[in-house]
Amino acid sequence: MTEIPATAPRKTSLWAKHKIFETNSIFLILGVLFVISIGGLVEIAPLFYLQSTIERVKGVRPYSPLELAGRAIYVREGCYNCHSQMIRPLRDEVERYGHYSLAAESMYDKPFQWGSKRTGPDLARVGGKYSDEWQLRHLNDPRSVVPLSIMPAYPWLATTDLKYNDIAIDMKVNRLSGVPYTDEMILNAAADLRAQINPEDPGAADVEKRYPKAIIRSFAGDPKRVTEADALIAYLQVLGTMVDFKLYDNKANLR
Amino acid sequence: MADDKHTQPEVDRLTGIATTGHEWDGIKELNTPLPRWWLWTFYVTIVWAIGYMVVYPAIPLISSHTVGLLGYTNRAAVQVELAKLETQRNIQAAGLADASFEQIKANPDLNRIALARGKAAFGDNCMGCHGAGGMGFIGYPNLADDDWIWGGKPEQIQQTLLHGIRWEQSPDTRVGNMPAFGRTGMLKRDEIAESVEYVRSLAGLDVEKSANLAKGKEVFAANCASCHGDEGKGNQELGAPSLTDAIWLYGNSRAAMTEGLINGRGGAMPAWSGRLDPVTIKALTVYVGSLGGGQ
Repeated sequence: MTEIPATAPRKTSLWAKHKIFETNSIFLILGVLFVISIGGLVEIAPLFYLQSTIERVKGVRPYSPLELAGRAIYVREGCYNCHSQMIRPLRDEVERYGHYSLAAESMYDKPFQWGSKRTGPDLARVGGKYSDEWQLRHLNDPRSVVPLSIMPAYPWLATTDLKYNDIAIDMKVNRLSGVPYTDEMILNAAADLRAQINPEDPGAADVEKRYPKAIIRSFAGDPKRVTEADALIAYLQVLGTMVDFKLYDNKANLR
Repeated sequence: MADDKHTQPEVDRLTGIATTGHEWDGIKELNTPLPRWWLWTFYVTIVWAIGYMVVYPAIPLISSHTVGLLGYTNRAAVQVELAKLETQRNIQAAGLADASFEQIKANPDLNRIALARGKAAFGDNCMGCHGAGGMGFIGYPNLADDDWIWGGKPEQIQQTLLHGIRWEQSPDTRVGNMPAFGRTGMLKRDEIAESVEYVRSLAGLDVEKSANLAKGKEVFAANCASCHGDEGKGNQELGAPSLTDAIWLYGNSRAAMTEGLINGRGGAMPAWSGRLDPVTIKALTVYVGSLGGGQ
């Protein structure tokens, strides 16, 4: 008993407190979470309020209903497992794929498809690089146009009708997370989706008005029938094409 | 007392090192200090991190972030890299931008550089459709032969590269396609069959013995000759291929020819103006022209 006063000061020093963490797993877990959250607060949270995170650009618009449906197919088929959508600011990437990706270009992607796994090439600027017919053929049978490709074939896309009865709900959910879809866009979602593959549809002009520069044509060959391939190709053809880089100021957006 | 063991850890008899004072079923743990080299490396990384925060952008503030003493940014760095590349290329290919195709052809150095640059760009951009070495696929023209649908002169190849073929987004794109004679009812089934046999006779392919070539010729003259020419030699202005040679973009089977007549044909090629810079397009023109003999 007489030894206790002698040891008391050592026990109360801060250095000795680590015993609490070493002997109580709950405290240890809480301590680990606390330390990691500092990293998150410093590295992630500021991106939500700093003005410089997303560049000011002209031309980026929300996806049209058909493109949005195509994006859902892209996610469903797991395209992101092999394809990134992020051209990094490195010389070789800019040489091969074009201008490095901007944050503004994926600001309406919920969630983004940046990725880092590149079994196939980056797709951030694949829009306009190939014809619709090539995309269709490549999806049906990749090796018919790229003999050494190891991409799987997706022949059912061209033969499966697109299910789009929930497209308006999809847009509403996107709006909840910050995509500026208007009531008018949501109200006309299904009609716009059908009109985008048929230039002769009376609603085609409205699609163009609501979604500037939207490509209006039959992507998979039949303007009367909306297939999953129509949606996916419409999405692929718009990737990386929204920003007009002639108007973009590289110097003003250095970071 | 139990607490005494923690405050006055016992020293291991064999090694002479103090234990941590913890005991589990008679097993005790030596309190071996970290190796000194490890500990110092750890301290150095802490100092390094502080230095890093000072010279590089690191700390988020209320409305911006620290930019660091070096003022470094990824995007500025890549601009410098690209500018360096551009300068290097301009030195190598001095004059490529201003030289005419004849001048390039006449100057072996310039020609070699254009070919090398064109080959690299071809691999990144053209091979997906036209195949390795421009061998082509069904529906995607072979560029390694001397048969040109839209013309094989350098200026014509350049025009095709810049504005594409049937590429709606480009106002100067090449237009003209094979109409869907069958689907739109312009030709009847038997007329299509007859014109197929007639075209086969033009190309020297086997013809059905029972075929009425005179009727086929009539149908051809009334419907096909306006684009493909009276003798089926084709017309590069309209992108109508010659039907008299052995080169068939969609194959020379009766099925493929009939399908073309029923549903029409009209493959698209993207416009590369904007995606590729003018000098690269020029180099590509020289390279593509070299593959199979430009005109």
